[in-house]
Amino acid sequence: MSLCKTTSQTVGPYFAIGLTWLNKDNLAGPGVAGERVMIEGRFLDGDGQPIPDALLEVWQANSHGKYAHPEDTQNKPVEPGFLGFGRIPADANGKFRFSTIKPGAVPGPDGKPQAPHIVASVFARGLLCRLVTRIYFPDDPGNAGDFALNQVEPARRGTLIAKKVPGQSGVLEWNVVIQGPEETVFFDC
Amino acid sequence: MTKIAGYRRPYIGTQPNPLHPPYVSSIKRSPGKPLIYLPHTLSEVTGPVFGKETVQVKACDLTRQHSGEPLGERIIVSGRVLDENGRPVPHTLVEIWQANAAGRYLHKRDQHRAPLDPNFTGCGHTLTDGEGRYRFVSIRPGEYPWRNHHNAWRPAHIHFSLFGPAFATRLVTQMYFPGDPLIPYDPIFNCTADEKARNRLISLFDWESTLPEKALGYKFDIILNGREATPMEP
Ligand SMILES: [Fe+3]
Repeated sequence: MSLCKTTSQTVGPYFAIGLTWLNKDNLAGPGVAGERVMIEGRFLDGDGQPIPDALLEVWQANSHGKYAHPEDTQNKPVEPGFLGFGRIPADANGKFRFSTIKPGAVPGPDGKPQAPHIVASVFARGLLCRLVTRIYFPDDPGNAGDFALNQVEPARRGTLIAKKVPGQSGVLEWNVVIQGPEETVFFDC
Repeated sequence: MTKIAGYRRPYIGTQPNPLHPPYVSSIKRSPGKPLIYLPHTLSEVTGPVFGKETVQVKACDLTRQHSGEPLGERIIVSGRVLDENGRPVPHTLVEIWQANAAGRYLHKRDQHRAPLDPNFTGCGHTLTDGEGRYRFVSIRPGEYPWRNHHNAWRPAHIHFSLFGPAFATRLVTQMYFPGDPLIPYDPIFNCTADEKARNRLISLFDWESTLPEKALGYKFDIILNGREATPMEP
């Protein structure tokens, strides 16, 4: 039997009605080990205008590099209460922020570790299907050899790597630029 | 470490391109550069698992969230969540939201001059059962105007959001009603090139789930990505 995936449709402008109940902007509750980080940024359209009706969803491993999912069979601990999922709406100025822990490295193709990263979906009015991207961490020694970053032309890799915010330790900036010269890299997923 | 079986990519034309100029908002909100192909890794074949503790049992009945009953025609929307291989997707979260019977959303940015219904919020969620089945009780949403083009009206629709077993299977879509005369004119409905794929967004009227003197039944099955065959060890 071969069926065909249901076609995607935009979330439209009113998704907050249906999706807000599951909003979660703190992935690092008490008892979750790891380096705390705050990730913040903006959603921007092709005119550089902020997108207030956008939504970010993130999915990540814990600091040991283990996903809270039955298919992750690595012999590593998962803290009770660690889910690794976040749902963060834009505010009226198109800004978002969430707090989490830096994930550990998870295996990539052929078992080679990937650099620590968070996978992300972007939804918005005007977007007919979600956009898939990744958030990497600045100065991580794994970035240079990461297989996903290496699929991307070098000049655009920086859009996937969060930046330190001067004077604010533990805060990283990562923007979602949907279109234009600074366009974020989006993956076919 | 064994290789990871990824999820199948959609057939050509069965998913929308991000840019669909008749839907004006997509013009500045679609990437200009091609998407970069990425083989699925552990990060994409895992995803959030929501259990019974997350879900409110009553959230599947949108007609019983207030002291009185909402206005409008009661409907039962049910169906199965399957993967492309025809296997049910059990215990997965399904979220919905919709306008009220007059075509108005309970949202501060909805300026349509149609009445709000104090007995209708318009959101619900549920988990599929062990066979991938879900069921919502609601009211038929009204059509509503929007400003995409002159005299633009959205067909009646319910927004659906699904997770499936993995990050790769995430889906947000909309369900339409059979016989709605606005469907052929809707740029959002028409954003998908493949006609058959588009038409699968239209639910089917269903006697089996219709409740006598109570509610009309509509059936809407949702298909998520199927798993590729497990790759052989090199
Ligand atoms: Fe809508």
